[in-house]
Formats: sequence, C-alpha cells, structure tokens
Amino acid sequence: MRLEFTEEEQAFREEVRTFLREKLPTGIREKVLNGFELSREDHVLWQRTLHERGWGGLSWPKEFGGPGWNSVQQYIFEEETALAGAPRLIPFGTKMVAPVIMAFGNAAQQQRFLPPISSGAEWWCQGYSEPGAGSDLASLKMRATLEGDHYVVNGQKTWNTLGQYADWIFCLVRTDPQAKPQSGISFLLIDMKSPGITVRPITLLDGGQEVNEIWFENVKVPVQNRVGDENKGWTYAKFLLGHERTNIAGIGGAKRELARLKRIASSEKKHGRPLIEDPLFAANIAQVEIDLWALEITNLRVLSGERGSTVPGPDASILKIRGTEIAQRISELLMHAVGPYALPLRREAMEAGWQSDPTREAPGPRYAATLAAAYLNQRKLSIFGGTNEIQKNIISKMIVGL
Amino acid sequence: MNFEFSDEQQQLRETVNRYLTEQYTFEKFRAVNASAEGWDKTAWAGLAELGVLALNVPAAQGGLGYGPLETLSVMGACGRSLLLEPFLSSAVIATAVLRSFADDAAVAELLTKMASGDAIAVLAHYEPDSRYETQWVKALARKSGNGYKLDGHKAVVLHAGAADTLLVSARVSGNPQDAGGVSLFRVPRDAKGLTLEAYPTIDGQRAADVYLDAVQVPAESRLGKDGEALPAVEAALDIGLAALCAEAVGVMQALLEATVAYVQSRQQFGAPIGRFQALQHRIADMLIHLEQARSMSYLAALRCTDENAAERRRALSAAKALVGQSCRFVGQQAVQLHGGMGMTDELIVSHWFKRLTAAELMYGDSDSHLQRYAALTGI
Repeated sequence: MRLEFTEEEQAFREEVRTFLREKLPTGIREKVLNGFELSREDHVLWQRTLHERGWGGLSWPKEFGGPGWNSVQQYIFEEETALAGAPRLIPFGTKMVAPVIMAFGNAAQQQRFLPPISSGAEWWCQGYSEPGAGSDLASLKMRATLEGDHYVVNGQKTWNTLGQYADWIFCLVRTDPQAKPQSGISFLLIDMKSPGITVRPITLLDGGQEVNEIWFENVKVPVQNRVGDENKGWTYAKFLLGHERTNIAGIGGAKRELARLKRIASSEKKHGRPLIEDPLFAANIAQVEIDLWALEITNLRVLSGERGSTVPGPDASILKIRGTEIAQRISELLMHAVGPYALPLRREAMEAGWQSDPTREAPGPRYAATLAAAYLNQRKLSIFGGTNEIQKNIISKMIVGL
Repeated sequence: MNFEFSDEQQQLRETVNRYLTEQYTFEKFRAVNASAEGWDKTAWAGLAELGVLALNVPAAQGGLGYGPLETLSVMGACGRSLLLEPFLSSAVIATAVLRSFADDAAVAELLTKMASGDAIAVLAHYEPDSRYETQWVKALARKSGNGYKLDGHKAVVLHAGAADTLLVSARVSGNPQDAGGVSLFRVPRDAKGLTLEAYPTIDGQRAADVYLDAVQVPAESRLGKDGEALPAVEAALDIGLAALCAEAVGVMQALLEATVAYVQSRQQFGAPIGRFQALQHRIADMLIHLEQARSMSYLAALRCTDENAAERRRALSAAKALVGQSCRFVGQQAVQLHGGMGMTDELIVSHWFKRLTAAELMYGDSDSHLQRYAALTGI
C-alpha cells in the first residue's frame, strides 16, 4: 500500500502543469481564482486550446481523437487544471454525449459529431429533466412521433445548463407512450437552430441565468439523429450518467477554494487579529480540510480499484455526497469569513474586471462581493446530477444491499 | 498509488481473524470481562503462538520486525472480537517505545520476552492535568543514590494491572509543559511505593491510575539519555493512534453489518424496517462515515512512522479527529437503529458501541486532535 503516484504519473502531472503554465490565459485564470463568471468565449477558447494539444476529450480513446487517458490520468488532469484556475470542462459534449455516441452511435454520427465537440466548435447542452421528471427521470413526457424520415418532437425540457450557448441538445424523448416508463424512451440529437425551439432563461436565486427551460413545438428531427435503437434510450441514458461521474468528488476545485478561504481568513480581522487565528473559525477550517483529505484518499481508493472497480459505480455516490457537502461547506465558510460584507448585493461584481476596476465602488473588501452569490449558487451541488438523497438510495440498494 | 495488501499482510489478517472468530467469541468476551483479572492468559498465549505478539518486535529480539500496515491488518479483527487482552497497550505501544532503546541489553531482553508473550509492558504517561497533551509531565524523577526516586500520578493507564513492567515518564528538569527534561523508566509493577487504583473502563478493558510515592529505581532502568525521552513516547503514541484507528474501523464494519442484518429481519408495520427510507439513508450515512474512517486509518498507518515529526503528527491528528467522529456517528446510529435491543447488554451491539466510545476518548479525542491539527497546519 502506498499513497504516492508512480513516477510516470508524476511525470504526467508535470506535463500538465507545464502546459497550464504556458497555455492557460491569465485573464481566464484570474476569473476562475476570484470566482467570476466565465463567458462562452472563455470556455470555447479553453476547449480549443486543449484540443490543439490533443487533449480535447480526456477519456476519449485515440481512435476518436482523444488522448486515451486512464482514470488516474484524468484525475490528475482534472486536479491540476482546477488548482491552476482553468475553467471546469463543460461536460455536456465531452463527458456526456460523446461517450454515448462512441458506444452506441453509428460511424456517420461519430464522424459528424465528435470532432466539433473536441475542438469546441459546437456547444452541447443536456435535455434530460422535465418539469415533471426530475429524480424520477423515467417519467419524462416529451413526445417524439416518427413521421417518415423524421421525428416530430413536442414538449418541454428544463434546467438546461448554459443552454443559451448551445448549438446542439441531446434529449431523452418518449417514443412509445404505451410501454413501461423505462422502455419507451429514445435518445435524440437535436439542432438548436431547428424551427419550433424556444429557449427561456430561468433566473436563479443568485441573480444569474445559468439554466434555461426549452420548449419544443413540432420540431422536426431527422431519424438519422437518433442514437442507437428506438425505445432503448434509457440504457444509453444510464450509461451517460455513469460517465458524468468521473470527476464527481471535485477534489481539485475544493482544494483551490480552501486555499482561497485561508487567504481571505488571513486578511480579514477579528478583534484586530487575523480571523484565521480565531479558535472557532480555525477549527471550522481544520475540520473541512480533514474531511477533504479523507475524501481525497477515498477517491484514490476508488481509482485504484481497491473497492472492486475503477468504473464509477455506486461508490461514485459516496464521492458525490461528500464532495458536494465539502464544497458547500467551504462556500459557507467563505461567505462567513467576510461577515456583514457578505450582505451587500452587487450582481455586477460577478463580472470579470469588476474587482480590478478602481472606478467601481465597493463597500467592504472587494473579494467579498461575490461570496454570498457563490454560496447561494453552490446549493445546486446537492441537487443536480442526482440529488444527494437519490445517491443515498443508490448506496443503500447497491452497496449495502437493502 | 495503490491500496493492495501484501500476501503476508492478507495472510496475517486471515490467520488472526480465524483464530479470534473461533476462540474469542462473544461468550468468551463476556467470561473474560466477568473475571477478576479482566484478561485471559490462555488467549494471550494463543496470540503469542500465532506470532501476533512478535509483530512489532525487531527481528534481532526474536520478533517479526513488521510495521504499521501489518498491525493494521490484525487490528480490525481485534476490534470485531472486542479483545480485552493488552495487545494495543503492550504489543503495539510499549513495544514501539522499547524498540527505540533496543541497544540497551535489558530492553532487548524485555522485548524478547514480550514477543513470546512472557512479559507485558505498558506505557504510563498521561497525567490527570495533562488531559491529552503529550508534553505535559509533572511526575518527578529525582537523583537518589545510584538511581532515581519517582513521584507522581499517572492517569487511566491501560492494562497497568496486567503488566509486569510499567514504562513511566517523569520530569528530571523544567516545567510541566516543556518538551525537554522528560525521562522514561522501566519500573516493575510490584516496585515498592507504586500502587494501582484499578478499574474496568466503559468498554470492559482494564486500566488503573498509578501512584508513585518515592519509588526507587536504579539508573540502568532509565531508557535512553536523561531528559530526552519525549520524542520516543510521542512516536510510540502515534503508532498506537494508527492501530487504534484500524481497530475502530473493524468495530464500525462489524456494527454496520449487524445493523444491516437487523433492519432486514426486524418487522414492523408488516415489513422489514430496512424498507423504510429514513433508515436506509441513515445506513448510507453510516457507510460513508465508515469508508472515510477507513481511508484515514490507511493514512495513519502509512504516516505514523514518518521521520518528519510535524508532518507525522499532523496526519495522525487528522486521522484520529475524523475516525473519532465516525466512531461516535456509527456507534450512536447502530444503537438507534437497533431500537430497544440496542440498549441491552445482551446484544454485542452495545459492547461494540462502548468500544467505539472508548476509542474516541483514548489518546486524544476528536476536538483535541482537531486543535492539534489546526496548530500544526498553521490554521
């Protein structure tokens, strides 16, 4: 037993670090490290940069133009990129639909759709949830009726993250309303420019417009844009959800935010002393750091196959629950670190450049302006990707056997 | 990075597991617990025969010269079977102390006897005022004739009554909180002026407060250089912490399994109570705590012999803080999910719960380790 990575893995880590030093634009890095929103262009630029290095799709095998990394390499890459302040990869193309197209799509679909995902030329969004189908995803209702060489799609999807930027959407649709819920679902790739699609942003509690609802009214989808067999979509959907979970613990991002918390707590004062010297606040930081350390080792155990499989199975539920709880706790402590100066609401402070613009007035320390909004936003973590309660159902059924 | 156990480690685990499952049943535990001594010489001899008592003794003293990962491999079974014998106190902690002084012929001889189960030694270090602070030593060692006179009071010394030899820390100079000025002495349990106030602990182990009243020991009984014993004591306590974490993980695993079996068989409202989501989620939380604790028990075993004392102690504090919290959660929830049955003495569940409760309180509770971690990390 040893915790250290192998020499090859260490060399790989160095390679990633060198790449980040050379290629990560300072502007993007500053935004990520200070909690600002990234633009579509930021994400696309970063995806293109990765693509040019041959790293457009982390888990993608070489035959599809990916680097063919194993799960340890992906872990190292995601940790280093998060620590360096690179944007998190927008997962909908690279980590969600691409693996489905590779596994179940035909050659024409693979040639048409995979290259622009890797290069960042086409932005994908997810079309899973519906107003009446959240945790109970199989109860989805959006209808697709086959008419000659195309489907006619009617219905509504919701919580489409960054759907306002998307060129394409992958959707679970009901093609057989008579069958059992799981048996009548198909997997369609839909061009967002198709007539009949309306995207409406949903304003969230932090004031941001990160998610949307998307309406489909008699939208024509060519039958060649169906992945795999008709009515087998549920199988592909579950396969996709497995792939969504590779970086589910978010260790690198949590380490980055913890370091930020320590910086802010060192600069804030309480009774004239740095807040970080306050025994109660120090204990809170120590606790979350220890929790993160334990989760990191658990994540490495899963990666190493100690728990039976390196494919994220039910163990990913443990990582998801603890990872999101820890990230949420750090966001709480960040907000509490600035005390009453978490209260002023400055929506524009989320925009890049605000902090360094001397003409903008800021009550309190400038780094305080985004912290409450980030806390509010991070509440999503325990809800999306399968609520933490659903994860506990999975643990009790799949691991414990209840 | 890998989490595989070597063939030897797996074999050790299986051997000890088989032995204790067969020989150290819950009935056996009850009988030993009810006895006056509170530990069983036959069981001890059995462990010696398996070579388990020689695990941490250097090969030069007839031991196996193994380390923390081998210790971890057997601690889970010790926890599960609620072993009452002085394995942790003598075969792990005191052995680790003595190993640092094995150049001393008398120490080497003692280690050889301990490896074969013919001697038991325990560390008598903490004091009533020290709480969990390892540096705090008030007991005094004063030069007297060709040796020392020891005076002091050592608190809750695990298995002091079973030991032939106590390893007593005492101050030769400085103030109670100073890191320097602490010496360590081999003191026979029947030394004149040494008295034990013995009692069982909440989990059925035996311990004692040790009073030293002008106990005369020869100069040769001092371990190492005068006033420089504390690093060896702290190093041994960290090795003990790692072993205790592994033991606690074994108990938590046993409690989780028992709780799952119970909620699958217990019927209420016409269904096994394990069908109810409130209980399923509680069990999922227990599993999460257990797995996080297991991760930290690995960290503790891998780091507890680190040469860099600050880094070593930081990792051990992180591990003990988290494992202690998990002990509390898993133990309390196991009792809760067993309902009234969890409250009874009849079921092993309550005894596992008490072992976990004790484990959190031993060698630093979670809060004290959280604070030590913060201090060592510079938070």
